[in-house]
Amino acid sequence: MARESTGNSHASPPLWRVERLAYAYGKTVALDVERLSVRRGRLLCLLGPTGAGKSTLLRLLAGTAVPSRGRIDVGSARPEKANGAPSVAMVYQQPLPLRRSVAENVAYGLKLKRLPRREIETRVEHWLQQLRLAELASRRADRLSGGQLTLLAIARALAIEPEVLLLDEPTANLDPGRVELVEQVVRAEVNRRDCTVVWTTHNLFQARRIADDVALLLGGACIEQADGRTFFDSPADERTKAFLNGDLIY
Amino acid sequence: MMFRGWTGAIVAVVLLASCRSDTSAHSTKTLTLATTTSTRDSGLLDLLVPLFEEKTGITVKVIAVGTGQALELGRRGDADVLLTHAKAAEEQFIAEGHGQRRIEVMFNDFVLLGAKSDPAEVKGITDIASAMQAIAQRKSTFVSRGDRSGTHMKERELWQAAGVEPDGDWYLETGSGMAATLRVAGEKGAYVLSDRSTFLAHRKQLDLEIVCEGDPRLRNIYAVMAVHPSRHPQVDIEAARQWIDFLLSDETQRRIARFGLKEYGQPLFFVESASADQSGT
Amino acid sequence: MGGPAGKCYNISSHVLTPHSSPLRTAVFSAEFLSIVLLSLKVSATAVLLSSALGIPMGTWLGLARHPAASLVRWCTQVGMALPPVVVGLALYLLFSRSGPLGDWGWLFTPRAMIVAQTILALPFVVGITAGAIRSVPDQLPEQLRGLGASARQARRTVVFEARHGLGLAVAAAFGRSLSEVGAVLIVGGNIAGHTRVLTTAIVLETSQGRFEWALALGGVLLGLAGLANACIVLFQRGQHGGP
Repeated sequence: MARESTGNSHASPPLWRVERLAYAYGKTVALDVERLSVRRGRLLCLLGPTGAGKSTLLRLLAGTAVPSRGRIDVGSARPEKANGAPSVAMVYQQPLPLRRSVAENVAYGLKLKRLPRREIETRVEHWLQQLRLAELASRRADRLSGGQLTLLAIARALAIEPEVLLLDEPTANLDPGRVELVEQVVRAEVNRRDCTVVWTTHNLFQARRIADDVALLLGGACIEQADGRTFFDSPADERTKAFLNGDLIY
Repeated sequence: MMFRGWTGAIVAVVLLASCRSDTSAHSTKTLTLATTTSTRDSGLLDLLVPLFEEKTGITVKVIAVGTGQALELGRRGDADVLLTHAKAAEEQFIAEGHGQRRIEVMFNDFVLLGAKSDPAEVKGITDIASAMQAIAQRKSTFVSRGDRSGTHMKERELWQAAGVEPDGDWYLETGSGMAATLRVAGEKGAYVLSDRSTFLAHRKQLDLEIVCEGDPRLRNIYAVMAVHPSRHPQVDIEAARQWIDFLLSDETQRRIARFGLKEYGQPLFFVESASADQSGT
Repeated sequence: MGGPAGKCYNISSHVLTPHSSPLRTAVFSAEFLSIVLLSLKVSATAVLLSSALGIPMGTWLGLARHPAASLVRWCTQVGMALPPVVVGLALYLLFSRSGPLGDWGWLFTPRAMIVAQTILALPFVVGITAGAIRSVPDQLPEQLRGLGASARQARRTVVFEARHGLGLAVAAAFGRSLSEVGAVLIVGGNIAGHTRVLTTAIVLETSQGRFEWALALGGVLLGLAGLANACIVLFQRGQHGGP
């Protein structure tokens, strides 16, 4: 495993370093990223239009898809963890509920970790409240509306308290009130636990609101990655400038 | 595979459980008796089997099928002892070496039954072959067992005697036991050949009456045979012998001779032995 | 009538005393009870065996993507159309004393009937299980991996998500084996007190013209099938949580 000693003392150490990573379905190349790094304790927004390869990149990071080429190096692993792989939870764009109650959906990942029952109950209650699902706790999850389901998916991922949270367009189907809620809750969790979040969005303004770091994906390639301020204030790449100006460059 | 553990466990438990229940069943001796439906349908075996079981402690498994199938069960060694009623087929069975000895146990007779209207005008004909000819000539509906049972073999024999090859819409084969065939004949108002005992046992529910009886060719002899142990070593010859001895004992023969007297006013089966009291109560 | 041994000949002695023996007392007779219990024992054991084998097979089939699976799927479909009497005949020849497994002494025992019922029920269990597994969204296992489940745990959850279908599979297997008559008649022999079950008793009673008996037995058969299905529905309602 490559261990990076970063020269920049301000920057957090990278959790993952992606190098020359490619993924293809058959002959269609969905993703071909030259370089990208995910830094610990920060919220990275993967910005880009639909079809840019954001979801594919998330699945590769989650480990549920295997790259056609290249690799993802685990950067500075926490010394106490033997294998170095960070614990990851992912929220899919179209989350699937388990045919059980809302509370049991949230408890699912916790039961897998064999946490004590009391601990599970406390966490389930906490996260249902956080995402304003408390009244729906005993409702069947497969009968929720789309928006409620998204909130549930986020709750059940956050409840696990993973080191890395991967969110695939989590607010695409939400009304503005819920968008704000999700942004707040996730942001607060990053601050509280120092966890790492990778959040894909096609929404420029959202990225501006929440991102510590931003990477722009276009046509499966990573155009530019920088911290939020640098990215929005002084983009290096012409295509980034055009994207920020709202020009149709894809 | 995730299930391997509990699948194996369940299969093992079930097999063990069924093994245990089976070994307990084996601790009591059993005798497999293949017999004709008429002995069951008349109710005779319901009288005899409990007596035998009580006397010997052997459990009898009665498989009531047509004589042809009963003989086949014997040929495969799937039965220990046979009680059948088709002399020619039985003698062939002995000749093939499957059975030890054919011993006649009892007899009654076959009767030709028909609807009250008697469409073929058989009533009054005493010669069974002529009666069969009359049915064939009028093409009156005739229901046959069609199952290679003793009754069916007798029926074929009678058609042959009548010089008729029964064929056509009027000739129906049920492929079923005697009681079921009687029901079909009753429903259709057809002619049918039956052993007397089954007919008497079911007479109340049937719209049939005897149209021809008494011809010596209608004699129906039941014989018992033990399946030959040298041919089929799994056969329980000891239990089979006990059954044969039981059937031939004076007491059983008397019971057979009295069987049905109270219910029908006439015996369903007759025995040859002199000691049997045919008129007893 | 009926003999001093008196254990189980009440039904048959009914032939000779058609008007003197009321149906009601006979319903509680030992023979009647033994028929019902044997029916339950044979069917329940067959269901247990076919489920223990069929649910894992069906799960594999439902999740499998490789070419061998379509062959197995085809076999399952053929198996569902398997005529019971053909299975009965094959097992008869197998278990007959002059057959290859004659030494086991299984012919005309409940064991042979259990084997027949298991074979007949298995394709249903496999087929319905596979269908239930396939009805779970393809994406679910991956999403569960995204919540920290191992591949094995994700598979278990998929099976649990398909539990309604599995209940249906078990119910179908039970219904089929409880109501099957052809195979058990051939390999069981319909021996009173040994291998006579509800269906074969109904066939016999009908052929003897004792329709009130046949109907009573039929009512019990119907009731048992209904009861079993009700149990499964209740089980499914009560089921929460799990893997």
